[in-house]
Amino acid sequence: MNSKTILAAAGLALLTTTTALAGDVRIMWYSDGVEGEVLKDLLSRFSEENPGINVIVDEVAYSVIKEQLPVQLAGGNGPDIARVTDIKNLAEYWLDLTPYLSDPETWKKNYGAQADWMRVDGSDAITGFMTQITLTGGFANKTLFEQAGVELPGNDATWAEWVEASSKVAESQQLPFAFAIDRSGHRIAGPAISYGAKFIGEDGMPNPVDDGMKAFIADFVKWNEDGSHAKDVWVSAAGTTYRPATDDFINAQTAFYYSGSWQVANLDTKIDGAFDWVATGSPCGPEACTGMPGGAAVVAIKDTKNPEEVAKVMEYLASTPVAKEFAERTLFLPANKEVIAGGLDFDTDSQAVKDVLNTFVAATETTAPEAQALPAWKWAGPYYSALVSRVSQVIAGELTLEDAYARIDSDMADKVKQAQ
Amino acid sequence: MSADSSRQRYTLSGLSFAVIRPVMGLIDIPLRALQRVGGQTGMAAFFILPNMAVFTIFVLVPFVINFVYSMTGGIEIFLNQRDFVGAYQYKEIFSCADYLEPATCKQDGFWTAAQNTAMFVVLQVALLIAVSLITAVILNREIIGRSFWRAVFFFPVLLSPVVVGLIWRWILQRDGLLNAILFELFGADQFNWLVDRTAAFAATIGVSIWAHMGFYTLILLAGLQAIPKDLYEAAEMDGTPRSRVFWRITMPLLMPNLLVVLVLALIRAVQVFDEVFVLTGGGPGTSTMYIVQYIYEMGFASELRNPGLAAAASILMGAVLIVLTLLQMAAARRNEKKGAN
Repeated sequence: MNSKTILAAAGLALLTTTTALAGDVRIMWYSDGVEGEVLKDLLSRFSEENPGINVIVDEVAYSVIKEQLPVQLAGGNGPDIARVTDIKNLAEYWLDLTPYLSDPETWKKNYGAQADWMRVDGSDAITGFMTQITLTGGFANKTLFEQAGVELPGNDATWAEWVEASSKVAESQQLPFAFAIDRSGHRIAGPAISYGAKFIGEDGMPNPVDDGMKAFIADFVKWNEDGSHAKDVWVSAAGTTYRPATDDFINAQTAFYYSGSWQVANLDTKIDGAFDWVATGSPCGPEACTGMPGGAAVVAIKDTKNPEEVAKVMEYLASTPVAKEFAERTLFLPANKEVIAGGLDFDTDSQAVKDVLNTFVAATETTAPEAQALPAWKWAGPYYSALVSRVSQVIAGELTLEDAYARIDSDMADKVKQAQ
Repeated sequence: MSADSSRQRYTLSGLSFAVIRPVMGLIDIPLRALQRVGGQTGMAAFFILPNMAVFTIFVLVPFVINFVYSMTGGIEIFLNQRDFVGAYQYKEIFSCADYLEPATCKQDGFWTAAQNTAMFVVLQVALLIAVSLITAVILNREIIGRSFWRAVFFFPVLLSPVVVGLIWRWILQRDGLLNAILFELFGADQFNWLVDRTAAFAATIGVSIWAHMGFYTLILLAGLQAIPKDLYEAAEMDGTPRSRVFWRITMPLLMPNLLVVLVLALIRAVQVFDEVFVLTGGGPGTSTMYIVQYIYEMGFASELRNPGLAAAASILMGAVLIVLTLLQMAAARRNEKKGAN
């Protein structure tokens, strides 16, 4: 073999390792629990049926999706498919699958309810589907409530009633605090709407902080100051950093934990029978008893070189039997209407977990219209950021409530100006 | 033993000699030609060229790009898609009624972070140098297990900043090791070190000193060992008190090393980020949010990131670093002159 042949072979080898070949479909995927494993198992069956399509799954941390994917998309170097939660703000990068799908109508029928969440305003493109619908809601440590001899508040109980009951449990059981809400603007959006807050103004732009929002923030700050709420969670970080209180609930350090349905598999695995726990739905405010819907979507990327193959993979993953199996094995609430209508047999031996999931399904009935609209609203993310950073500052004693309200409004005005 | 026999002799084996000599001969030809054409200055420029190329590509060009970024606005990431806005971002930052009162500033986060950083730099650098100096002086003495202690103090330098942050978080958090020890020893109530503003700020300083002092101790130790022993012997024979020996012999002769330590510690303190970000996340509130975290938040973490503002803030931070470095260089030169006189 002469040197030219060796060089040519080396060059070809290099090219084949760095260039996407026709038929390659690269998926960027993050996992909250076991869904990465389930996805790969489902795709192995797809590959058997479609030997011409080479599906590559790049499993990455959520931070990569949040921080690096937007840069890759802007540079035209993204994957072919990605699993994302910032669905609306990046919608300009999603591919319209309509011309490539074999049955767009069925897709619209099954996933149409969330279609607006993942396309630019005014478009009717089919860009992807929700792998799961999530809903924020509470979890109570039933064992601690029983040991304290405190009744679990009922379905229509208010936030004040939940805080009062949890405080009694905390006092009786010597807990460091009564309840905790994750450090996230999304997590307090539902409770704020329950108090009557309106995020979206009549012109579709961010609404100034209103009486409902003020009432909830004031109560939330008060609960932090009197020690009912876990001060660590909201004060122990600056800016927009996300901090969950999951470990505090798992370690039985708090009686009531407000997070969401995506935690079910995680709590089931980690609590592992150490105590009994139940889902509670969302406590009520004067206006509603609502959680915040959301979830993760699988979307096709506009810059893909293989749109036909991408559409085939997407259609397979979105199909009713595959979506059903995915939901049952990951313990996620499905978005596919056919799957919901047909009922689910969640892959768990625990009746308690099944009850928890059913509670979340039931809680979707009380979701307020304002909460339903937020996932498709482009300013929701920036509003959550402003809320979390300014409310934290109030709890830390850096801002007064009135200053915080003014700052949230000016932060949003800045964001709108910056985006124009 | 004769002088000749004590000197180690290095010889090339036959094969190495056969390979190296022709190669050296080949290199020699263009180098001689270059020297004839460019003279000594040209040769120096030729040798410094690779270094300058690396500096240009990886430092100078990014700096210029960052400066151009700071003159742009909007939410797009790529420079060619962004609008030129001139000094708008700088005006935003300096839009302030009272610079000492961040709440009166439009970009209150920047001024809070700048004030926190200034306070951190002053306290951390002063304490770091003091602690490193004391440690170096002690480790320079004939103490039992000296090598072991040197290793102990240097060990944290080897740790990743993220590991440092995590270790100390486990120690300082509400149900952490420190509270457990205090409870066992004194029955003390749980104190939330990372939620109390003063304690959290002090913790960032303490942890940062713990993590980096080994490096500075090593530099000072090298300086202490370079001081001629006969000076100390002469002082001892004269019966000079130890404190006077320290201030009149040790400190003046250690000054070049102290200046190096001061410059390095200052630059590092202004850039503090990683271990603090893991330890406190910038909280409670914004009391440990330093300027690099502000830049990170603006440029990468917040919803609707603001790369222009982040770039402007980093340019201002760079300007402060340049001023600090120039001041230290001037001080070093003055010190050298003093030494020469």
